[in-house]
Amino acid sequence: MKPTTRRRLFLVVALLLAFGALGFVATSNMGENLVYYWDPTQLRDAGDKAVGATIRLGGMVQKGTVNWQPDSQSLRFTVTDGKNTVDVIATGAPPQMFREGIGVVVEGTMTPEGVFKSDRLMVKHSNEYKPPKEGESVEDMYKSMLEDQ
Amino acid sequence: MISLVGRTAILAALAAFSAGAVTGFMAAIRRSRDALRWSRWMAWAGAAAVVVATLAMEYALLTHDFSVSYVAEVGSRSSPTWVTIVSLWSSLNGSILLWAFILGVYLAAFAWSTRHAAIDHQPWALGVAHVVGMFFAFLVAGVANPFEPVSPVPADGPGPNPLLQNHILMVIHPPALYLGFVGMTIPFAMGATTLFAARTDAAWIRSLRRWMLVPWGFLTVGIVLGGWWSYEVLGWGGWWAWDPVENASFLPWLTATAFVHSIIVTERKDQLKGWSLTLVLATFLLTILGTFMTRSGVFNSVHAFTQSPIGPVFLAFLAIALVFSVLLLAARVDALAPGREGLGGPASRETGFLLNNLLFTAFTFTVLLGTVFPLVNESLTGKQVSVGEPYFNRFGAPLGLIIVFLMAIGPALPWGRSEPGQLLRRLVVPAAVGLVTVGACLALGLDGAWPLATFGIAAMALVETLQEFWIPARVRARARGESMAAAIAGVVTRARRRYGGYVVHIGVIMIVVAHAAAMAYTSRATLTFRPGQAEQVGDVTLTYQGARVEDQGYRLLKIASFAVQRDGRPAGVVEPRLNIYRRMGQPIGTPAVRSRLDEDLYVSLVNLDMDDQTASVDVLVRPLVWWLWFGGGVMVLGTLVALWPRRRRVPAAARVPAGAAAETGR
Repeated sequence: MKPTTRRRLFLVVALLLAFGALGFVATSNMGENLVYYWDPTQLRDAGDKAVGATIRLGGMVQKGTVNWQPDSQSLRFTVTDGKNTVDVIATGAPPQMFREGIGVVVEGTMTPEGVFKSDRLMVKHSNEYKPPKEGESVEDMYKSMLEDQ
Repeated sequence: MISLVGRTAILAALAAFSAGAVTGFMAAIRRSRDALRWSRWMAWAGAAAVVVATLAMEYALLTHDFSVSYVAEVGSRSSPTWVTIVSLWSSLNGSILLWAFILGVYLAAFAWSTRHAAIDHQPWALGVAHVVGMFFAFLVAGVANPFEPVSPVPADGPGPNPLLQNHILMVIHPPALYLGFVGMTIPFAMGATTLFAARTDAAWIRSLRRWMLVPWGFLTVGIVLGGWWSYEVLGWGGWWAWDPVENASFLPWLTATAFVHSIIVTERKDQLKGWSLTLVLATFLLTILGTFMTRSGVFNSVHAFTQSPIGPVFLAFLAIALVFSVLLLAARVDALAPGREGLGGPASRETGFLLNNLLFTAFTFTVLLGTVFPLVNESLTGKQVSVGEPYFNRFGAPLGLIIVFLMAIGPALPWGRSEPGQLLRRLVVPAAVGLVTVGACLALGLDGAWPLATFGIAAMALVETLQEFWIPARVRARARGESMAAAIAGVVTRARRRYGGYVVHIGVIMIVVAHAAAMAYTSRATLTFRPGQAEQVGDVTLTYQGARVEDQGYRLLKIASFAVQRDGRPAGVVEPRLNIYRRMGQPIGTPAVRSRLDEDLYVSLVNLDMDDQTASVDVLVRPLVWWLWFGGGVMVLGTLVALWPRRRRVPAAARVPAGAAAETGR
């Protein structure tokens, strides 16, 4: 092996090792920083995994569940996908379009008490709620909301 | 009619770029000056054709010609004229046309500025740039055709995405970003040429550096304005969320910044040639990857306004460009003449630049990993996830801080070898100022390890940078009896690029400090007001005065009015509002932003109930935000200083004949 080839080989191996290590460190702490797109059923299925994880929960605001207290800035409602429901406590005022029966995506996490705490609430733009289309995932719903803004 | 004009122009551009590519490569292989001349003319012809196509589209937009598909998609008779003009880049197909337009202009300028360059270089570069032009003309002619005839012709259109017509910054932010993205084509072509021709003479490298600095400057402007737009429009009071689209513009900026530093070593020491060229190629690939990410809808993001068949085409182009770049590097990097000199000692300027490049590469790598991870994850496991901000902040904050620290040390490092004593003497004052800054912040009651470390290191970097102006200027002022101002001007003029770089550093320091302070010391509250109610946030008191509705034709404005008091004194009125566009159901907010040098008051209307007049608002009192945008301006100023052409020293009569003068590349 020529000295230049050996030196280059050494350099390539060193670079691969360095980037491999960096990649390993990066991906190993990625798990706790991931954001999951779930509907109430998927959230229920996840069980304890949902506690503390960052989740974008998508579904419909169940009729008759909205409770908004302007003085304490507390907004409570239930998100449903038709099969399962999740109780949500959101901080801050409901956005202009927010109402019962509308599609929402709330970002936050599950508390050990089984209530979803959210600090970000997005409303699906449409006057009447259409249940998610067959195969329409929470991510698709989230995306379509952003497009409609 | 317009459809026909536009389409014909695009097909003409496609033909011209194709012919230009063929003649360019022919000129390179046969060393034929005739073929080269043809290639150059094809660049100008193709550029003229895309200009015609773009003007045709603007004409169609302004005359509301809804028989053109793109106008039917984004036009509206009720939009104001400025919105109609900028609609060109409000949706996918129009922005690809804008891309082709900008590429045409760059290509024409490149063909013109290098018309006297040595025969070894220009043909390859022209050929490669023409191929990229071909690809974009092909997109506009095919999958992204904005000139599709529409029948029956609609009477009116929906107007552009309200989010995009809601702020004047939309006029400059996207074009600036495109000027940055598209401009990376020219350095890519020049870098590929350098490998093909295996020549790295000083003039060519200098020219490459300038062609990189131009799009780098635009990219900087585009990124800063993007943050500003997000702050002024989106209502969450922030400017950077590590959104995939933001990352898409940040990634090529990182590699281009690394290049701007490594090329100094290449020029000065004839070293790191292969590495500098790798950065050039990587920057272009990242712009294509970024366009793929933003334009194909593969990522969820606040900017994703469209999905289209363009994705696969872009992916194919990216793959081809990647394979081409890797093969070219592998095959030709050995042909570059080895450097004449070695790199310097451990505490030398060269080491500083190496560390800088290492940090920027690591930064690029981690951002890239976080950006593409969800995509890879979904294709492997079928599960949808995205990578949250904490991941990026965990890497970005320390890497950014080390980079600023390097900014404090680097300029003090001498080329070659250094004496530790001399270096320490140079850094005593900056380090002392840094420590005093931390002490002063503590005395003022500021807390938090990250912001305090940032302020200290930033102060050190600022003082060291100013020293670079001050010390040589003082020497010069004494020697020549000049005033300090004249001496500083003289020092800067003699080394424009270096001092332009230092000015850019000052802008970066401003942005870093402002960002750290704004992230750490914000007072924030979400409040619901009844008329007459007053609430305090930070040092600001807001009194709700009532709501009103204004009709602007194409939109309704719901406005809430608040009287502001700061430290007990009246400080005007803020009126955040919700805009309800006629053709869209979703209201779009316009937050009220009151900027001062020390802090911003940011009031964003969340909900306004016209029946009982209650208004819900997000209120933020954020320190130093204005310095983010000002710092961006300083970075642009620095770039201009570095780019400003040097006055020709050679008197006209003594100028060398055309062929030889061309070697200087100007």
